[in-house]
This record gives sequence, C-alpha cells and structure tokens, in this order.
Amino acid sequence: MVIPDFVLNAPLAMQVTPADWPGGYWWHWLFFTIIIIAFVLIMVMGVIYIERRGMGRMQSRLGPNRTGPFGLLQPVADAIKVLLKENIVPATADKVVHWLAPIIAFSPVLMIFAVIPFQNGALLADLNIGILYIIAVSSVATVGVFMAGWGSSNKYSLLGAMRNVAAIVSYEIPLALTIVGVIIFSGSLSMNQIVVAQDIPYILVQPLGFLLFFIAASAEINRSPFDLMEADSELTAGFHTEYSGMKFAMFYLVEYAEAIAMSAIITTLFLSGWRGPFLPPWLWFLIKTLVVFFVMVWTRTTLPRVRIDQLMALAWKFLFPLALVNLFITAIEVIFWPDISQWIFVGVNIVIAALLVILWSKLFKIGWGRLEV
Amino acid sequence: MGLEFAFWIMAVVMVGAAFAVLYLRNVFHAALALVLCFIAVAGIYVTLSADFLAAVQILVYVGAISVLIILGVMMTREVQKGNPVNKMRLPAAIVAVVLLGILVYVVTSTPWGISTQDPLTPTTMPLATKLFSENGFILPVEIGAVLLLAAILGAIVIIREKKK
Amino acid sequence: MLADYGLIGLFFVVAILFSLVMVIIPIALRYLKIIPSNPNPIKESIFECGMETTGKTWVQFNFHYYFYALVFLALDVLVVFLYPWAVQLKQLGPFGLYVVLILVFIVFVGYIYAWKKKALEWK
Repeated sequence: MVIPDFVLNAPLAMQVTPADWPGGYWWHWLFFTIIIIAFVLIMVMGVIYIERRGMGRMQSRLGPNRTGPFGLLQPVADAIKVLLKENIVPATADKVVHWLAPIIAFSPVLMIFAVIPFQNGALLADLNIGILYIIAVSSVATVGVFMAGWGSSNKYSLLGAMRNVAAIVSYEIPLALTIVGVIIFSGSLSMNQIVVAQDIPYILVQPLGFLLFFIAASAEINRSPFDLMEADSELTAGFHTEYSGMKFAMFYLVEYAEAIAMSAIITTLFLSGWRGPFLPPWLWFLIKTLVVFFVMVWTRTTLPRVRIDQLMALAWKFLFPLALVNLFITAIEVIFWPDISQWIFVGVNIVIAALLVILWSKLFKIGWGRLEV
Repeated sequence: MGLEFAFWIMAVVMVGAAFAVLYLRNVFHAALALVLCFIAVAGIYVTLSADFLAAVQILVYVGAISVLIILGVMMTREVQKGNPVNKMRLPAAIVAVVLLGILVYVVTSTPWGISTQDPLTPTTMPLATKLFSENGFILPVEIGAVLLLAAILGAIVIIREKKK
Repeated sequence: MLADYGLIGLFFVVAILFSLVMVIIPIALRYLKIIPSNPNPIKESIFECGMETTGKTWVQFNFHYYFYALVFLALDVLVVFLYPWAVQLKQLGPFGLYVVLILVFIVFVGYIYAWKKKALEWK
C-alpha cells in the first residue's frame, strides 16, 4: 500500500474543519463519506414520504397510510419490493450501456454533496471553487440519462432522453448566470464562504435571481411542471421505461437525490444555509432544505405540465435575458455603491424584480414568446 | 507520492480511453470513451493545482461538447458498425505517424523549466486579474467573444438551410 | 488545496463503488435464488404500449437539438468567463464591468439575431 503524500499535508485539510471534529485526514474522510451516504439515503426516503403524503393532502386523498404508523414505513417497503423484483433486460438492448447508465447517473449526484456545508466548516472538502464544481459535476448526469435512453433501444426512451438533453442544455445557462449574481455579493466561490458572507439571506438581496434559479433548477432536475421528458402519458416514463428492479430504483433515487441536492444548494445560496437563531446549525440546514423541497412539491401539484415549445420558450426568452439583466443590475449596484447598507438593495431589487416579471409577461402576452405556426 | 499515484491512474485511464475511442466499432461507445478521456484530463489538471481549469474542463467538455458529439452521433447512419474500411487507410497511417513523430520530437527536445515556487491558490482571483484588469488580456478575451458569436451565427445558418 | 482534492478523489471512488454495489446486489441475489429469473421472448421485447416495434430505434434525429447544443456550448464558455470576474468584481471596479459588458454584448448580438430569425422557436 502506497501512503499518499497528502497524509503529510493533513493539517491543511483540517483548517477548514473546526477543532472539535474528529481529527485526522482519514477520519475526516471516513466520517463525511458515511454521513453523506446516510444523509442521501435517509433524506430520499423522507422526501418520498413527504411528497406522497403532501400530494395526497393537496389532492384531497390520503396517500400511503397503511405501512407502519402514518405510513412512515412505505418507502422502506417500496425499497424492499424493488430489490426483489425480477431484472429484465430487453433482448435488443445495448447491454453494456444499459447496465452502466444507472451508475453514471447516480455517482455525480452523490458527488454534489461533497461540498455542501451541513454546518460551519462541516463538509467533506471546502473547495475554493465549490459552486463551479457543483455545476460541473451535475452536468455529467446528462450523459447517464442519455446512456439510459440509448441503451434501452426503445423509441420512447430515446425520445425522452433527447428531450431531457434539450431541456438541460436550455436551463443550465440561466442557472449558471443567476449563481453569478450570488457570487458578486459573496465574493467567493466556496460554499462555506457564501454562507458566512450572508448576513442578509440572498433571497432578499437577489429576489429575481432566486425566482429564476428556482425555475431553472426545477427544470434541470425534471420536476413537474417541467417533467415532460418522463411524461407518463406521452412517453411511458421516458428514458427509464425499460428499467426494472434495482436499476429502476437507482433512477428513482437519482431523481429524488437531485431534488434534495437542488434544495440544499438553494438553501446554501439563497437562504443563508446553516445560519439561524436558537436551533443548532445542522437542524436549520435540514429544516430549510425540507421547506424548499416542500415548495417544489407544492408547485408540482399546482401547475400543469408545459408543452415542449413552451419549455424552450421559457428558457430562452424569459429566463436567459432576465438572468443577464439581473446579473448586470447586481454588478452595477455593488461597484458604484459599495458602502451603503444592503437593505437599500433589498428594497430596490424587489421593485426591479416585480417590474421586470410584469413587463416580460406582458411581452409574452402580445406574442413575443408564442410559437408561430 | 500520492500525487504521483493519482497521476499514473489518470494517465492510464486517459490513454486507455483514447485507445478505446480509436478501436471501438460502435460510434456511440466511442463517444462515451471520449467522455471518460475528458474526465481523466480534468483529473490531470487537478494534480497540477489548476482546479478552476479542471472544473471548466468538466463543465465545457463533459457537459457541453460531449452532448454535441453524442447528438452528432445521432446524425450518423451506421452507428453500430462505424466507418467501413476504405482506400484512405495507408495515407491516414502515414500522416498519423508523421504527426506523432513531430509531437514526440517537440516534447523531448523542449527544455522544460520546472518552477520551484508553490502553485498559486486559489487560482480564480489571479485569473480574473489577468483577464479583466487594465493591463490584462482584454483584446484576446473580446476576440474570444467574437468567436462565440460566430459559433451561434453558424448554428442559425445551418438551421435556416434545413428549412428550405 | 491538493489535500481537499484527495478527499474528493477518494469520495469519487466510493461513489462509483457504492452505485456499482447497488447494481450488483440483485445479480448476487439472483444466484441465491431469492430473485426470480424466468426470461421469455415477450418479456424481453421492447415496450411500446402493446404494439410490435417496427424499424430501427437508433434513427436520425431532428437537427434542432444540435442547434440548441451549439448555442449552449457558446453561452457556457461565456458564463465560464463571468465566474472569475464575479469573484474579483470589487477589486476590478468599473473597468472590469465595461470589459464584461462589451464581452456579453458581442455574444448577445447573436442571441438577438437568433430571436429575430425565429431560430429559438421549437419546431
């Protein structure tokens, strides 16, 4: 066994973690690896329960309530069920790609959590390019989805994968642009530094940015109302039609892990992450993440699914120009009035955001966003 | 030593993936091998302390260019068999060997200077100063923007030709 | 800094192994006869709402997808330029802002042209 060089540099890694954390480079790694995997798996079960029960309430029905108290064990039962299902691979499938797809889709999502701070300094690695790392890593998941659509040799799957690529390609630009607005205020790409810099939650300083980020994030992770790449009624579940058993469960896991990751990123960027009074920081982080996820469920039950031309028009004609406008307004404010209180920006930015959204919806109404047939 | 260990893993993966791109008959599989190659290159950048560049490598190459290549694969007719063998085999081999020779000569004959200074961390801020400050590379950056404009216009032109 | 990336690299290996194990568990269980395995031609056929599939799956696709991917690539590179600028914004001051405004404007011309030529509409 080769002893890596960076064991000697272990104190460097410890700088980012407080002294009361279990010391040592390898302990740090082991501790956070276990924490992250446990966090993802438990949270996925939790949010599936929240989503099914919450949607049940919103649609005037009960939702799963038989397994365990209040149906709490339903996700566990589902997990055992998919584990024991027969594994079916289509005879004409591209076997290697078909088997590799869930792995390629799942690992990047897990990698996102490596830089998300659970409380001050409590993260696997406080990279000084944190948020750029997240954007980069999450873009790899597209390849996994495309492999799934391709490897199944099913026409619906391939069409779903193509739609997915089109949607991700369109929504990644506004997503990345709105993050620039946050970075202008924080002056750092590190996730922990962004939270430390947030004396006022950036949702107030960047209201338009938050709105655009939320829409783009929902589309990026295929949540309703932008879930037309896996629309059951059109594409019979899209890219994972031919998947069964554990491989299907992997894609299900990816979907919810991505939703949790996006909720955690929104919490960190816009809702001041682990900061908050009275309660311990990790609890604040957890509460905020779950609240953001609940809002996602809420939009899912409220809004109908968009058509593909509307999806593309929303990305290119609404989100992209507004993200640029938001970015430059923020930059001008910070450069020319660096010393005045941020609360003035809060008021000004909320007014600007409202005006821009109203203006753009008027433009859409007179036909700017319409498809001309 | 850990750094060297990481470097060799990346290097082996990178060269292996590059060979897979060449020898896989199925064009789609070749495209996936190319993605693996891009990721290994990003790993090499990290070992060179160029973390910003590594993230950009993943973002642009794996996120955007690989999508472009895969969509390009969708345009080809014989995805599973690849190109049939044709008469250009011998000239292609000669050109490839000559190019390889030139590259090997340049790499081995250049006196590579190794800096004794520690690499800059974080790399983002010096990068910004180099690109956007008064005595930075402003003209190349703006010319880069013109290149991007040309790419967008080219895409529009191709679309318009298709419509006729 | 490299120590942090060592952690990330090790975590990457764990992430790959973890997802690999998740896929391998059902295969192991099949050999232990816990999971059934009775393949037949109907089961292994492609699902297409009960229809027989006709023709090839891997057909040539609409070129419009390629257009979006190209525009995405150009704008992605533009966004990458904006990140270091945003970090150093206060130090670079108004001069940096003007440089970036020109940079974005040049690319934005292409975007306006695409909108005018109705290339952004989904066909």
